[in-house]
Amino acid sequence: MEKNKTFHRKKVLVSFAIFLLSFVGLSLRLSYLMVGCSEYYGEQARELHERERSIKAARGRILDRNGVVLADNKTVCTISVIHSQIEDKENVIAMLCRELSLEESYVRERVEKVTAIERIRSNVDKETGDRIRDCNLAGVKVDEDFKRYYPYGELASKVLGFTGGDNQGIIGLEVAYDSVLEGEPGTILTVTDARGIELDAEGENRIEPVDGRDLIISMDMNIQKYATQLACQAMETKQADSVSIIVMNPQNGELLAMVNVPEFDLNEPFTLPDGDTAGLSGQQKQDALNRMWRNGCINDTYEPGSTFKTVTAAAGLEAGVVHTSDTFHCPGFIMVEDRRIRCHKVSGHGSEDFIQATMNSCNPVFVTVGMRLGSDRFYEYFQKFGLLEKTGIDLPGEAGTIMHQRENIGMVELATISFGQSFQITPIQLMTTAASFVNGGRRVTPHFALRSAEPDGTGAKEFRWPVKDGIVSEETSETMKMMLEQVVANGGGKNAIVEGYRIGGKTATSQTLPRGSGRYISSFLGFAPADDPRVMAIAIINNPQGVYYGGQIAAPVVRQLFENILPYMDGTDYHKR
Amino acid sequence: MDRFRERRRKKAADHYFDYSLLFIVLFLLGFGMIMIYSTSSYEASKDYGDAAYYLKKQALATTLGIAAMIFTANVPYHFWEKFAVLGYVVSVVLIALVLTPLGVKVKGARRWLDIGIGLRLQPAEIAKLCMILFLASMVCRMGKSIRSRKGFTTILLVPLPICIMIWKITDNLSSAIIVFGIAVLMLFVSSPDYKKFFLMGLAGIAAAAGIVYIITRLASAETLDFRGERILAWLDPEAYASGKGFQTLQALYAIGSGGIFGKGLGRSMQKLGFIPEAQNDMIFSIICEELGLFGAIAIILLFLLLIWRFMIVANNAPDLFGALLVVGVMGHIAIQVILNIAVVTNTIPNTGISLPFISYGGSSVMFLLIEIGLVLSVSHSIRFREV
Repeated sequence: MEKNKTFHRKKVLVSFAIFLLSFVGLSLRLSYLMVGCSEYYGEQARELHERERSIKAARGRILDRNGVVLADNKTVCTISVIHSQIEDKENVIAMLCRELSLEESYVRERVEKVTAIERIRSNVDKETGDRIRDCNLAGVKVDEDFKRYYPYGELASKVLGFTGGDNQGIIGLEVAYDSVLEGEPGTILTVTDARGIELDAEGENRIEPVDGRDLIISMDMNIQKYATQLACQAMETKQADSVSIIVMNPQNGELLAMVNVPEFDLNEPFTLPDGDTAGLSGQQKQDALNRMWRNGCINDTYEPGSTFKTVTAAAGLEAGVVHTSDTFHCPGFIMVEDRRIRCHKVSGHGSEDFIQATMNSCNPVFVTVGMRLGSDRFYEYFQKFGLLEKTGIDLPGEAGTIMHQRENIGMVELATISFGQSFQITPIQLMTTAASFVNGGRRVTPHFALRSAEPDGTGAKEFRWPVKDGIVSEETSETMKMMLEQVVANGGGKNAIVEGYRIGGKTATSQTLPRGSGRYISSFLGFAPADDPRVMAIAIINNPQGVYYGGQIAAPVVRQLFENILPYMDGTDYHKR
Repeated sequence: MDRFRERRRKKAADHYFDYSLLFIVLFLLGFGMIMIYSTSSYEASKDYGDAAYYLKKQALATTLGIAAMIFTANVPYHFWEKFAVLGYVVSVVLIALVLTPLGVKVKGARRWLDIGIGLRLQPAEIAKLCMILFLASMVCRMGKSIRSRKGFTTILLVPLPICIMIWKITDNLSSAIIVFGIAVLMLFVSSPDYKKFFLMGLAGIAAAAGIVYIITRLASAETLDFRGERILAWLDPEAYASGKGFQTLQALYAIGSGGIFGKGLGRSMQKLGFIPEAQNDMIFSIICEELGLFGAIAIILLFLLLIWRFMIVANNAPDLFGALLVVGVMGHIAIQVILNIAVVTNTIPNTGISLPFISYGGSSVMFLLIEIGLVLSVSHSIRFREV
């Protein structure tokens, strides 16, 4: 036994040494993990424990050129109850019924429901939310949120647009300038356990949101309001489907108003005018909403009719194929190949010079001018005038021009194009093109956005808009102004005369397709002062009942508009170039 | 002066008792309960509405265990020699009983026996204790024949049936390895040979390396059982983060985020449900997270101290039987600590091994305390000799 013991002892010692070595090895491994890899695993663990909650950034406002707020944010509250935190149930129910004017059974059902969090009501105004918070009842949660708010409701609805649930623009300027308006959401980093329950003791790490910038647009709320009134009046008296009015500064492309009645309520953008959507499928309802939101001035094309004679005239003058003193004879029709194209005056205008022909809006004369140009040259002028491109207006969804293929333009097509038929353009395209004829030959970019700025007005950043010079010569531009002033002073646009102002303009009456349906579009394009235009307006009345001549129903709309806004604009600096 | 010293010595000889050992064990038990509370209170209050749910159960088992330890420490250890064979048989029967309706399934593993009054027993823990007793008694009876090849093989074969039963019946490979490890250590101490053990060690390492190599070459998870996948997860826990590597990775996050000084007691984040049942096998990772490298090394040093005390007691035991009992207990605790820390630090593939005295688990702490009682009983019989 004693003999055994010596080697037993040695063996126990060896065992101990092996264990000791293992412990040392593990300690080294631990040191490596806890010192060498500490940063890596610590970071991984932190990512695992932290939850991100975003804080909405306040969306920038939209202001008109005089600082009137057109789109704003309103603080609204969402009231919820957290079942497990409620202490005094009856008191909570009574308070919520009182403050939110809700049925007791409705509130009781939600308060007694065993859920993590139960929403009682959203879109509660801030005062009510504050009162509920001040009641200080355990288990009642008041969350604040921003909601887009449009103080003028329907005004300029299709221009301003509205936002969706995630604060994103859906149509109009709200979507075009989303990146300016939306700002950057902030985040709250909170520490949670594995179930995702936030731990108060760990505190929170906050990254503040960057609020969106204000957008200042060229619209003048007074002009917009007045134009809207006129449009509504015209729609009502003429039982028209819709009426559009655009008011623009032809010198720089700033849009002062854009009206498309019927408008819709920006604060209730998903409510259809009939209100009854029960019988509609989801797709049908979306189509109806899309129709309601459409901005006809930009999204829809039409046959411009006689207002397009300005283009034919400008091209003819520019090419030198016609001069103001040229004399023509109108027998009431003109033969193009085997077709007989009639003038609107069946008996004919007889002998007339080019100015008189423009005043009379004489179809045979303009067909003649078109013929003199020939289809290739005419098409080149279309390109030069920018008619085949979009205007580049800062609103989404601008429609392109629908024009014949160059090789398909025969004599008949050339003739009809000359007086504004057989192709389609948008109202804003017509306006922009006409502006270039009367502003000395500069094609401006129609636009609303002037600048963006911080909510306190600092840090303003101007938007720059391209201008293309040399569309027509100065001389042609002068001639165009003179002829169009004659149209109003002595021709078909007499109804647009405003005492004390020189007005230029052109009327149009076009039958919509299919021909013979009895549906017309009457329009009038006017500008003032005729010698140095500062404001240009177009009124388009879609499917008027009864009298449908543009000179008789659309020209008075522009006249009434000018009667009011010209004196008003005399006191402003809107006419800068 | 001489007389005084002699009297003291005589008195001490009568009452030798390893107080250092007892103190270390009590300290580990106390520390363990603090850590169990720290680790489990958050989840316990969520699951049971009582933050001290696990602490209370552990305190009860510890109290019973201490009573058993005091009893064992005061019984001369030779008393147990005659129960050695009975212990072996009882182990076999108890493990087999797991298959009967008495067996309790917890979280997919059938490892427990219901012994009534809400208590559950893990037969593998009893088997460890019985194996130590049985082998110690057997080696003593074999005497010098252990040096023969036959004797050597016999000692190696005796624990195998129990190991296989633990592995296959209770699906608990780690306990099987521990039982076998205890047997090898006791054989190592009782045999004067080195070469055989050296070769055995080499063969074991080669076999492990071979298995790992084959599994990594196969690598398609469908053909592997869950242990195979565990090995792949061991090699690259982040690639198996949502499966077998989840627990390991979470433990590594805890250990790594502890740093040198830790987050402070009670400040662990990973215990908040990220490491499932952190109070069990993974408790060491929470110790690392809360107390840092300093706390972790302090615990390792305490275990080392404990093993050192075992060595002192074993080498001073009055006879081979006593020495082998202590060596068995030393092997049990040392192997379990080493394997546990190795698993938690992803040094070896993940397998369920608890940390002695600290991890939550009633059976484990009760039988460990009985083993400590045995060691104290051995230490009690040490007599100082005149030099």
